[in-house]
Amino acid sequence: MSPRVFGRPGVRPEGPELLPVFPPEYTAAAVLRTTPFHRRTEALCEAGNWRRWSGFLAASSYELHHDREYWAIRNSAGLIDVSPLHKYRIQGVDAERLLDRLVTRNVAKCAIHQVLYTPWCDEAGKVMDDGTLCRLADDVFRLTSALPNLRWLLDNARGLNVQIEDVSDALAALALQGPNARAILTEAAGGVADDLGYFRLTEGAIGGAPVQITRTGYTGDLGYEIWTEPQHALTLWDALMAAGRAHRVVPAGLLALDVARVEAGLILIEVDYVPSHQAVIEARKSSPYEIGMGWTVKLDKPGFVGRDALMAERARGPEWEFKGLEVSWDAMESLYGAVGLPPQLPSEGWRTSVPVYAGNRQVGYATSGCWSPLLKKYIALAHLQTPHSATGTHLSMEITVEHHRKKAAARVVEPQFFNPDRKRSNPGRADRS
Amino acid sequence: MSAHACDAIVIGGGHNGLVTAAYLARAGKKVIVFEKRHVLGGAAVTEEIYPGFKYSVCSYVVSLLRPEIIRELDLPRHGLRILPLESTFTPLPNDDYLVRWADHDQTRRELYRHSPRDADAYDDFGRLMYQLAVAVKPILAMIPPDPTSMSPKDLLGFLKLGKHFRGLGHAQFHALHKLMTMSSADLLDEWFETEALKATMSASGIIGTLLGPRSPGTAYVLLHHYMGEIDGAMRAWGFAKGGTGAVSESIAAAAREHGAEIRTEAGVSEVIVRHGRAVGVALESGDEYRAPVVVSALDPKRTFLSLVAEQHLPGDFVRDIKRFRIRGSSGKVNLSLGELPDFTAKPGVGPLHQGAISISPSFDYLERAYDDAKYGEFSTRPFMDVIIPSMIDPEMAPPGKHVMSIFVQYAPSDLRGGWDEAKREAFGDAVVDTLAQYAPNLPGAILHRQVLSPWDIERSMGLTAGNIFHGELSLQQLFCMRPAVGWADYTTPLDGYFQAGSGTHPGGGVTGASGRLAAMKILGGKL
Repeated sequence: MSPRVFGRPGVRPEGPELLPVFPPEYTAAAVLRTTPFHRRTEALCEAGNWRRWSGFLAASSYELHHDREYWAIRNSAGLIDVSPLHKYRIQGVDAERLLDRLVTRNVAKCAIHQVLYTPWCDEAGKVMDDGTLCRLADDVFRLTSALPNLRWLLDNARGLNVQIEDVSDALAALALQGPNARAILTEAAGGVADDLGYFRLTEGAIGGAPVQITRTGYTGDLGYEIWTEPQHALTLWDALMAAGRAHRVVPAGLLALDVARVEAGLILIEVDYVPSHQAVIEARKSSPYEIGMGWTVKLDKPGFVGRDALMAERARGPEWEFKGLEVSWDAMESLYGAVGLPPQLPSEGWRTSVPVYAGNRQVGYATSGCWSPLLKKYIALAHLQTPHSATGTHLSMEITVEHHRKKAAARVVEPQFFNPDRKRSNPGRADRS
Repeated sequence: MSAHACDAIVIGGGHNGLVTAAYLARAGKKVIVFEKRHVLGGAAVTEEIYPGFKYSVCSYVVSLLRPEIIRELDLPRHGLRILPLESTFTPLPNDDYLVRWADHDQTRRELYRHSPRDADAYDDFGRLMYQLAVAVKPILAMIPPDPTSMSPKDLLGFLKLGKHFRGLGHAQFHALHKLMTMSSADLLDEWFETEALKATMSASGIIGTLLGPRSPGTAYVLLHHYMGEIDGAMRAWGFAKGGTGAVSESIAAAAREHGAEIRTEAGVSEVIVRHGRAVGVALESGDEYRAPVVVSALDPKRTFLSLVAEQHLPGDFVRDIKRFRIRGSSGKVNLSLGELPDFTAKPGVGPLHQGAISISPSFDYLERAYDDAKYGEFSTRPFMDVIIPSMIDPEMAPPGKHVMSIFVQYAPSDLRGGWDEAKREAFGDAVVDTLAQYAPNLPGAILHRQVLSPWDIERSMGLTAGNIFHGELSLQQLFCMRPAVGWADYTTPLDGYFQAGSGTHPGGGVTGASGRLAAMKILGGKL
């Protein structure tokens, strides 16, 4: 194994081989794993801009700036390697029972080939993780999650007739997101996904690779996630890139994805909320009601983990809400104008905790934010104390203007800043359930 | 007063004695430290026994050294550099291995290889121990109140303590209860299924203790080792550049800067008592020194039974000190090597040589090692915690050569028939032979070997029974019972006589906490 060199495809520095400090089994690629698509993504990642995602090397951006990748997601199509997701296959006569006990949504109502987005909670009703749950057959499900959940699944499956398998490494996954995603799939998969409904699954083949296609994603746009076995990964990548060429498909990294998901108001674990089992103090934990997942909590279904606590919380009303903030352009202009500058905009999504005020009192904190190139707005996702969280409330968010902390007027809005019809719609079908 | 007068005398230039001296000097006291040996540091020393090769003779890693001491004495300015110790490698008899790396994801992958379930559990366990260590940490920096006293100060101390524990969540409180009562094996069995992982983790629960992983009480010792902290990160272990002696040297430098006088090769033979009060010390040389404050940083047996004539102390106190458990359980082997060990489980030279190497394949292995000691033998197949300091700090050995530090357990102080040179070397042979099972090139790579049994540690370092903690960290010897009820606040029944060694709260390891709290007590509660 020769030392890995990042750079333009085909361009290698002149000179003798590097003398490695340690044998090859200790290189970065061994510390962080690479996904089944790595041979393609590495060759394309001109920026050499990688980050860690669940122990995998993931491209932050392929070019030095993520702009082109972002606009592909919104204007043509972005192809994103999402293989690092954790995936579990849950099978058996008690599979539905187990999952209904764990997640907040009603699994009994999940049709075959339907996908549910759902969080799951601890006994105290605090969110541990969130992900998608797909019914592959009557008694077979696949759960995706951001964090490892094997032990939680196994602990809760005691006494049930169910097999739980970590299939994280057995499935490679690509997200094809953007307005041209359907057209690309039509070409690549021969139309099997043309009529695929929102949060539904279908099966097919792409470039000869057997795939499952779900109409899901993390961009709030028209989009699909395509699942295949690792040995077919490169075939799948090549076929999608070939079919996508005329539709301007662009490999996209996590920086572009981050702007898109903030625009879509999609919450990110470990950024916007702390998983309850990782919180070292109680105050860091959140219930589904407090982080915009209240709609997923089906209190009418029988006992599930955290139900009692969530019933009580709903009765007294949550203390926090997760909402959108639109920072006033006029406020930005006047604050920056006072020091002789035009507004400085965060082109990359930020993920620090930023105080939010009602007058001089802090009533919340924003956890993600960015300039939306599409909406031409400075937007943020924020945790707000309920008396101050109603849509339309006027608050202010801290911004740092030329080294000084200022408060910029901001308005509370629903967190789905961008929610196009094409995300859910199906031109080929009359029924748009 | 004679010409030899000062404000305070510290007996013993180990790290705790030096810490006390530094704080007293910092407060403007005229302090003199007497160290019997030619080097400072006690069990925290670096010595060049074989030319060009530096051994951290006894203590060999840094983690428990209290961050407030590093801050307050500004030890980095006095030369302290703590280098990261990256990983723990456990080679297994079947030529597999287990590594816990510095990198979280890398460790997760490695654990996952052995048990996917343990990979999840490991994070949860680490978080719980972190929470408990945070919960228990304030106690480390507290002068233990006296449970038999009705004084407002002691009562207030217990009130504060009660309030602190009420603040713990239910889950943490129950976990703490378990930790205080269980064996480390039982505790770890509740969490994990990988034998090598459990055994290696349990090793922290037996170090310095003449108990096996299945003995109740060892879970607390496990927590004690979790309380180490570097740069705010709990459970971080490091290596002092220059060896552990560099820790002592940096504390000594801070003490000297504040005006303390430190004498080596100046053993104290006796504490001078006049009218029920300690008034000074007599040296082995016959010189006498006077001071209103005399501090012993030696272990409780030496502090009260060797340095002070028995008639000066209350009978029940003497009885308590005689009962204080201070059995030696460990030995140390230091090697100079011509080449690095090549492990059959993971051949070649890799980052694992920069971390700890733990010979702890299973609970049964460790418990069998303990069985030997229980019946008065050293372990023929001992637990070992090995590091290669020259891979972390290249100045520890000539270029291309290495030093290896091997902490070995069990080596009971009360060996059947007693220790002698032949038994010590047989013990050294067992260590090398055991390691050679995992790294066959090791015996041929040895250029020089130093073997220390508890007998040697007692003779050269002055630790009673060679116990590295100045007394076992068993529950009946902790907090307000360390070393005896009523005398856990660094005072002694003898006016003017104070104790500052690891035999006082919060106990063993290179923490400096005892020395600092003793100084705090002497200075009236404020440093």
